[in-house]
Amino acid sequence: MDHEGRVSAAESRLRDLLVRGLAGDTAAYHACLRELSAHLRAFLRGRIARLPDEVEDLVQETLLAIHNQRHTYDAGQPLTAWVHAIARYKLIDLLRRRAARDALTDPLDDELAVFAASDTEAADARRDLARLLERLPARQRLPIVHMKLEGLSVVETARITGMSESAVKVGVHRGLKALAAMARKNDEDR
Amino acid sequence: MKTDDLIAMLATGAGATPPGAPRRRYATALVVGAFGAMVVMALMLGVRADLAEAARLPMFWVKLAFPATLLAGALLAALRLSRPGAKTGFAPAGIAAPIAVIWLLAGIALLGAAPGHREELLFGATWASCPFNVAVLSAPVFIALLWAMKGLAPTRLALAGAAAGLLSGATGAVVYTLHCPETAAPFLGAWYLLGMLIPTALGAFLGPRVLRW
Repeated sequence: MDHEGRVSAAESRLRDLLVRGLAGDTAAYHACLRELSAHLRAFLRGRIARLPDEVEDLVQETLLAIHNQRHTYDAGQPLTAWVHAIARYKLIDLLRRRAARDALTDPLDDELAVFAASDTEAADARRDLARLLERLPARQRLPIVHMKLEGLSVVETARITGMSESAVKVGVHRGLKALAAMARKNDEDR
Repeated sequence: MKTDDLIAMLATGAGATPPGAPRRRYATALVVGAFGAMVVMALMLGVRADLAEAARLPMFWVKLAFPATLLAGALLAALRLSRPGAKTGFAPAGIAAPIAVIWLLAGIALLGAAPGHREELLFGATWASCPFNVAVLSAPVFIALLWAMKGLAPTRLALAGAAAGLLSGATGAVVYTLHCPETAAPFLGAWYLLGMLIPTALGAFLGPRVLRW
């Protein structure tokens, strides 16, 4: 398959997975994020070749952003454009923090490039999100630990923590947003 | 945390995400903000006493249509700019068209008027307070819209902030027509527009500072 054919095949497969994921199919959503992470890794690795240590952190930050902002995806819109805009935003945000725009080695404006390559070799992230997670307040940390790490339901999490079901849901949502904000902040301090 | 573990964590119990969240957020912000603007107008300025009479004149509806059509264009722009990778499409044309029309009407009015009468068409009786009043009335919508945008994902922050500012300015101007005694197109093309550009400039300035995610 040629280059363009590969990109459009990835586009339609990933869009299908995401649309099913947004409708509540967790397995499809998981598969979508996994495949996206490989594309993001290749895309970002090519663009910050001079900051190889930052790639995996940025992959994680972008995945967290994709998850937190997934309600802004419109199924009528090309997924390539949406993912590219988020990855580009997070990349520019990182470069601004680093004041290292000269690290850019490849043009950044070609949105099709985001699905053009795939890289499943994950290096170790330097920033440990698990450590940042521990710094969240209990009302956000506990729902994330029980629901997202141990895989319990909302009802079970509410029972264990003594929180209401809606507080559990809000805790997960706000906690993941706070985690994304802490990741940026942590990066600034480094 | 390894990336695969992060992915597993994000996917676990992710549940369904109902579509149409951006539109609902904007609807909430506009309704709450416009209500706030009405309250500010009632307390600060009051509805003009001869509103029913004024509404019989065609120019009253032109005065209402100018900010109302700008509101539609700015709403389209703000919605698009709140979603990563969405094209702005017709939004810039939707913003430019009402301004072009009001300037055309203003030009016709000024050319057709007697030279001594032109100044009155442009300045009316309230030019000094109009931009300020429009900007003040836009404040509740401005704050509500920044809240709405903050929960979405704008990637061009200055532009997104400016669109939110223009949208709030246009809403403020629509509300202000209930008070404002002016009816000349040159007045609208100058002072209403200036009033709407104040929150637009403020939005462009604040966007990169408050909308980051």
